[in-house]
Amino acid sequence: MSGTAFSPSPWRTATIRAIKPVTPRVKSFRFAPLDRPHRAGQHVDVRLTAPDGYQAQRSYSIASAPGDPAGIELMIEGLEVGEVSGFFDTVAEVGDAIELRGPLGAFDWGPGDGGPVLLIGGGSGVVPLLAMVRERAVRAPEVPMLLIYSVRNAAEAIARAELAARSRDETGFDLTLLLTREGATAGRRIDRVMIDTAIECLGMPRHAFVCGGNGFVGTVADLLVDAGVKPGVVRTERFGG
Amino acid sequence: MATRGFTGRPPAAAIRERLPPGQYLTDDFPVLQLGPTPRVSTEGWRFTLRQGSRPLASWTWDEFAQLPRTRWSGDIHCVTKWSKFDTAWEGVSFDDLLAAAGLEAPTGFVLAEGHDDYTTNVPVADLTGGKAMVATLYDGKPIPPDHGGPARLLVPHLYFWKSAKWVKGLRFTERDEAGFWELRGYHMYGDPWREQRFTGD
Repeated sequence: MSGTAFSPSPWRTATIRAIKPVTPRVKSFRFAPLDRPHRAGQHVDVRLTAPDGYQAQRSYSIASAPGDPAGIELMIEGLEVGEVSGFFDTVAEVGDAIELRGPLGAFDWGPGDGGPVLLIGGGSGVVPLLAMVRERAVRAPEVPMLLIYSVRNAAEAIARAELAARSRDETGFDLTLLLTREGATAGRRIDRVMIDTAIECLGMPRHAFVCGGNGFVGTVADLLVDAGVKPGVVRTERFGG
Repeated sequence: MATRGFTGRPPAAAIRERLPPGQYLTDDFPVLQLGPTPRVSTEGWRFTLRQGSRPLASWTWDEFAQLPRTRWSGDIHCVTKWSKFDTAWEGVSFDDLLAAAGLEAPTGFVLAEGHDDYTTNVPVADLTGGKAMVATLYDGKPIPPDHGGPARLLVPHLYFWKSAKWVKGLRFTERDEAGFWELRGYHMYGDPWREQRFTGD
C-alpha cells in the first residue's frame, strides 16, 4: 500500500485504442497511459456525458501492469442494467474519446512491498489482482504470489489461459482456479481448507488482497482472519452495489 | 464535451435534484472498507474524546447508552458514487457528547479514530449544531458490523468516508490533520454538493 500523499490528475480525455473480447460478457478496453503511472490494483474513474450535459461516473480497476507500453487496460462486464457498462458493451468503439481520472485507490501492491502475496478474487474481482500478477512477473519475479480465483465456469474466467500459462512457466506464482458451478468442484465455495492449503503452499502472507462481490469479500476476509492472517495484512475491494 | 452515442438514463427530476453531481441512487447499502470487518464487542468498548494523547472524557458501552439520544433521517453520499436516500440513524449527537463531558471543543478540528486504525478529519464546525452523531442504531436496529457497528460516526452532509466505521473516539487536533484517505489524495473537506472528491476539486 502506498503511503505517500498524492493528488490525482484532473479529468482528461483518452482515446480507446483497442477493444477485445475477454469472456462472453467481458471486454478489454485499451487507452493511452495515464499522466501518472498507477500502482497495480488501483482503479480509474470513467465519466460519460450526454448531449444534454447529464453525466454518469463509475470506477473500473486497471488490469494492465504499470508502465505497459500498450497503455492501460480496463475490463468491463456488459451488465444489461449498467448505464455505463452497457455503453461500453454496445456503443463504444475504437477511436472514441472517453474522460478518465486516476489512478485512484489504496488497494494496491508494488514490488517494494515484497511478499508472500495471497490474492483471492471472485468473478470480475480478479481484474485488479491480474494487474498485480502481471506486475510481479515484470518487476518482482522473486516474490512468491498465489492467486485463488473463484468463478462460475471456465468460460467466464477472465485471462484463464494467461493465468494458467503464468502458473506453469513462472517460478513462484501459483494459481488455484475454483469453478463453482461446473465440473468436479460445482457447489464448492472458498473455504477454510482451501485457505489453509494456500497458506501452507505460499507461507503466511505478508499481504493479502481480496476482491469480488460484497458477500464474497466479507466471507473470504473473515476466513483469512480465522486462518491466522493478521487483519491489518488483508486489503479488500468490493464490486457492485 | 458529450460522449459519442451516450444518452444515459438520467433519473426522474425528483431524484435528480437530491443527487449531488456524479452520484447515482442505489437501494442497496454497499460496503466499502479497507480490510476485514473488525470484531468489536460492546464488552470492553469505550468511546473516548482526546486532545492529542490526553483523554478528556470516556464512556463504556453502558454509560454511552445512558446519554441523550438523537435521531436523523436523510440521504447519504459515498465518494464511490452511490447515494442512498432516507436512511435512518440513532445515536448520541456530538453536541450532547460535549455537554455530557462538560466541555467546549478545545480546538477547531478532530480526527475520528476507528478500531481498524482508520482515521478521518472533520472540522468541529461540521460536527456541532446537530450536524453529526455517534450512531449505534440503523433503521431502528443495532448497526451491523459491516456497516460500522457497534458504533460509527455519522456526518451525513459530507462524503461518507468521513463517517468513520467502528469509531472508538475523536481526537481534537490544533490543525486540520489529514486522515487515511486524505493522505492518499482524497479531499480534506469532502462536500458532495461541490463534488470535493479529491485534492484540488
